[in-house]
Amino acid sequence: MNIFRALTQKPWLPDEDDSIVEIHPDGAVVLHSAKIALRIFLAVVATLFSLFMAAYYVRMEVPDWRPLAEPGLLWVNTGVLFLASVALQWTRQATYRENLTQIKLGLLAGMTLTLAFLGGQLWVWQQLMADGYYAVGNPANAFFYLITALHGVHIAGGLFVWTRTATRVWRGAEAYQIRLSVELCTVYWHFLLLVWLAVFWVLLST
Amino acid sequence: MAYVAIADQGQELHDPQSFITKYIWSQDHKVIAIQYSITAIAVGLVALVLSGMMRLQLGFPNSFSFIDPQSYYQFVTMHGMIMVIYLLTALFLGGFGNYLIPLMCGARDMVFPYMNMMSYWIYLVSVLVLMASFFVPGGPTGAGWTLYPPQAILPGTPGADGGIVLMLVSLALFIVAFTMGGLNYVTTALQARTRGMTLMRLPLTVWGIVMATILGLLAFPALLVSAIMMLLDRTLGTSFFMPALLSMGEQLAYNGGSPVLFQHLFWFFGHPEVYIVALPAFGIVSDLLSVHARKNIFGYRMMVWAIIAIGGLSFVVWAHHMYVSGMHPYFGFFFATTTLIIAVPTAIKVYNWVLTLWKGNIRLNVPMLFAIGFVFTFINGGLTGLFLGNVVVDLPLSDTYFVVAHFHMVMGVSPILVVFGAIYHWYPKMTGRMLDETLGKIHFWVTFLGTYAIYYPMHYLGFLGLPRRYYALGDTSFIPDSAATLNASITVAALIVGVVQILFIYNLIVSLRKGKPSGGNPWEATTLEWQTPQTPPVHGNWGPALPVVYRWAYDYSVPGAEEDFVPQNVPRDVVPSEAD
Repeated sequence: MNIFRALTQKPWLPDEDDSIVEIHPDGAVVLHSAKIALRIFLAVVATLFSLFMAAYYVRMEVPDWRPLAEPGLLWVNTGVLFLASVALQWTRQATYRENLTQIKLGLLAGMTLTLAFLGGQLWVWQQLMADGYYAVGNPANAFFYLITALHGVHIAGGLFVWTRTATRVWRGAEAYQIRLSVELCTVYWHFLLLVWLAVFWVLLST
Repeated sequence: MAYVAIADQGQELHDPQSFITKYIWSQDHKVIAIQYSITAIAVGLVALVLSGMMRLQLGFPNSFSFIDPQSYYQFVTMHGMIMVIYLLTALFLGGFGNYLIPLMCGARDMVFPYMNMMSYWIYLVSVLVLMASFFVPGGPTGAGWTLYPPQAILPGTPGADGGIVLMLVSLALFIVAFTMGGLNYVTTALQARTRGMTLMRLPLTVWGIVMATILGLLAFPALLVSAIMMLLDRTLGTSFFMPALLSMGEQLAYNGGSPVLFQHLFWFFGHPEVYIVALPAFGIVSDLLSVHARKNIFGYRMMVWAIIAIGGLSFVVWAHHMYVSGMHPYFGFFFATTTLIIAVPTAIKVYNWVLTLWKGNIRLNVPMLFAIGFVFTFINGGLTGLFLGNVVVDLPLSDTYFVVAHFHMVMGVSPILVVFGAIYHWYPKMTGRMLDETLGKIHFWVTFLGTYAIYYPMHYLGFLGLPRRYYALGDTSFIPDSAATLNASITVAALIVGVVQILFIYNLIVSLRKGKPSGGNPWEATTLEWQTPQTPPVHGNWGPALPVVYRWAYDYSVPGAEEDFVPQNVPRDVVPSEAD
């Protein structure tokens, strides 16, 4: 339903058009509630990262800012996270094909690639610290550690849900029973990939 | 009986059996709402006592040995933070939001009951962490409720050891709890409305609470960002906000940080926060006025649009809190303009409230008294806001008692009057018993007149140039001695208002057993929460069948109808609508 049409209704009048009222015979449900909630949550996460980015740009103006090195490993990690996103998408399609072998394969692939990404990020941290880029040394370093940590925490939270879904499959859940969980995870992963690309672009360009 | 919670969930609503799952570890939105409310009111009483201690020092300086400058600043800080976040935000959204959204939408529960339960328990932990700061060495933080760096984390500020860390951790926990609750409130209002309940048939209470929740979801991240970065500055020694500075004659390791950046982040949260508290109050008061004036709300659509407009505009006015921090003149001009623009939808709401009362059949019971009291107080506080929104007026007044008077009128007293009105209004639904009317009227008149005795003189003190935040004034030539007398009288009024709240708590407890039985719909109201088969509503709210909605929430005094109200679930062929 068009939001403007909804907001310009005159509720005190008897309905000239009953379809407005009867549009959802079982209540107002159009989309699945969990999908709506995920969208709202993604808006919250997007706000969180945007504010960090805004703070980043503001803090950059101060002359003590020294950009940190950009280890090549970050490119590899980006590729891995992209592949993880692809793996989840593939799993999602497998739930529609109801192919349990492919689903299991996809679940494992997604998990492995995501863990590889997190491991890779930790490795980047180690490299940077070995080169003397400490968080207290410069705000650029501090921002890098903080934002990558926050991104990692969000990924780890997703991985927790993903693992729970996988556990259900190995305990004998059918494809249709996990379809929604897989779909929600996939959207979440794509979103976090986008966030990472944005963060990475900001790091490279500054 | 177990019912399917939401049409698309496909699973049965949990069916609690034991005492623990029913009343403590409960997923029922009504129980969670009451848990939220009791916790918020309890912590609010702590903040009330703190304000009494502050007033003792201000009214009778240096007469009390237990208040030194350190503890005074701790009282100020904790009073502000508790009242704004842990009382008002939690009570309006966690308390009233939880109780009313499912009932008013015609749902059996929140869409995600488990997450709703977790929201309360994390909120409780955040409160406990905050309270723990009273008992750590150095005590709670005394940085002022805005926690401005650099002083918030510098040695010498009260609570710089443990207090500030606990405050920041507690805020982060609160934000997590709020986000869990907030996802529920919005999703429930979008998804779980019963058949026939279009968006424009929702009572304004739901509109206000949901819009405030959306503001909270988008504004609290800014507080989280600033809390995390300040925590790192404090614990790791990063320099996000901390500039190079000398402390006690020593050069600190900080370098280059931007304190103004913190202020921007804080107020990007802080200003929407004003409306997170105000919008639920707007919504609730609209319903109280309409029910007790036996008239439909004047300009329902305008009220909804105003709520949406205020919600949007509240994100572009934040820097009006920072005129004294210094900014580009055009920047200040921009924020002064947006601040004046946001007054337009707000004024529309005020006119509509007054016009709702016009020629209404007013029943001057306790909820109505509080609702009308709110309109008075909100106009007072709102008008001084127009003064302060202008840069040139704000600069001389910003650090005086004028600002204290303004924001206490507009976001302290006004919302709390609505909280009281709402409790007197919905207590019968929550318990099945009425609150005592006489005690309620005493409570109202002392609170209402008392707050005017407190805050009106503060405007005058502000014009005299009396600076706020000071522990004691010392010898100043420009402040006459009479200011001290006025301060003493404010303190007396504040203590009386504080003590009379005991009457309210007493009323809440005693009426639980001894109150007059209320029946299901004591106020003869139309909205769905008054049409439940049982009072108080049982688990699942509606019995076997969900209610079906045929009309808007404000069919009062409909011409031709037998009674002066028609509930939302009465079909049209039984009673015609106003325009039929």
